[in-house]
Amino acid sequence: MWQALLDDLRGTPAEGRFTIVAVALDQAQAAAPWVEAGKPQYPCLIDADHHLADLYGFVNVPQAVWIDESGQIVRPPESAGASDAFRLMDREKFTLPQSALEARVQTRERYTAAVKDWALNGSASRFALTPEQVRARLRPADPREVLAHAHFTLGLHLTEVGDANQAASHFKQASDLHPDSWAIWRRGAPKDARGLAAGAAFWARVDALGDRPYYPPAGL
Amino acid sequence: MTTVIHEQHKTVLPDTCARNGQLWLDRSQILEATGWDWKPEGLCKDELCFPVPPARRGEWVQGDRLDLAAQWQHMGRPVVHDANDSAWVFGADAQSRAQTLSSLQAPEFELPDLQGQLHRLSDTRGQRTLLVTWSSW
Repeated sequence: MWQALLDDLRGTPAEGRFTIVAVALDQAQAAAPWVEAGKPQYPCLIDADHHLADLYGFVNVPQAVWIDESGQIVRPPESAGASDAFRLMDREKFTLPQSALEARVQTRERYTAAVKDWALNGSASRFALTPEQVRARLRPADPREVLAHAHFTLGLHLTEVGDANQAASHFKQASDLHPDSWAIWRRGAPKDARGLAAGAAFWARVDALGDRPYYPPAGL
Repeated sequence: MTTVIHEQHKTVLPDTCARNGQLWLDRSQILEATGWDWKPEGLCKDELCFPVPPARRGEWVQGDRLDLAAQWQHMGRPVVHDANDSAWVFGADAQSRAQTLSSLQAPEFELPDLQGQLHRLSDTRGQRTLLVTWSSW
């Protein structure tokens, strides 16, 4: 998806002025096949510790931040072209009704169009927010979130030294303290036959959202 | 042997005293593990300095060691440890995390790619950068 966007911008004034950095909140061995299959021409970094999630307040994937030429944030962490259309999935066949497929494509296209507009026009793009607008959309300081990340870090360390039981307890405490973070939950969550945290426990958690979105709309 | 983790920095300290949620470290161990310097005026980093509260000095300071867990929590930062006090995480301050973000200057980081080569956010300075998360699941 992101490589196609870069390809589209080749030969435009955005070439050389716009770049992508993808960060996998994942283990290197899990991320590797995807990176190798996609052959992206932008850096794909591995953040097994979720250090970036802690620093920037990312809670799910895909989420993105827009950073301008001077290193200033012009859009806060937000859903990057993903929509809640998947919630209409047939949970046995993993298929989506036509309307959901269309909604999914539409959300993705609207987001990539916004990224392209910014890549081409920089601060003149209507999608580049003012500092006040960005600040208003940031998550407020929450001591539970930093405590959650501390438990998460300890869970990773305990995994590394082979204490899976204690690790699980710290992953759980992390997720309980920061329930909005799907990235934290996924690390300690039960995995299905495909190795994904997309089984019954995932759907139960999605259903528990009720009217609240899994991917809050980016508000473009 | 005690493992202390702070930010992305993991330090193994051979000679510590850890028990019942207390972690007794000397000045050089604290500096090595956290980057904070225990001076006569308090625990300090850059322009920040948190005095050890005088009422607690008898409890939290013993000889050349400080109960870093107690002082860290007193500074409003989280501390978590495993069941046998052998691994410790000294967490960040929620306020300063939020303040850093609301400065809107994108926090610098350094992460490896699959080949192990390190990349920094500042490598892309001068370009508009879409910083995007993903995972394999």
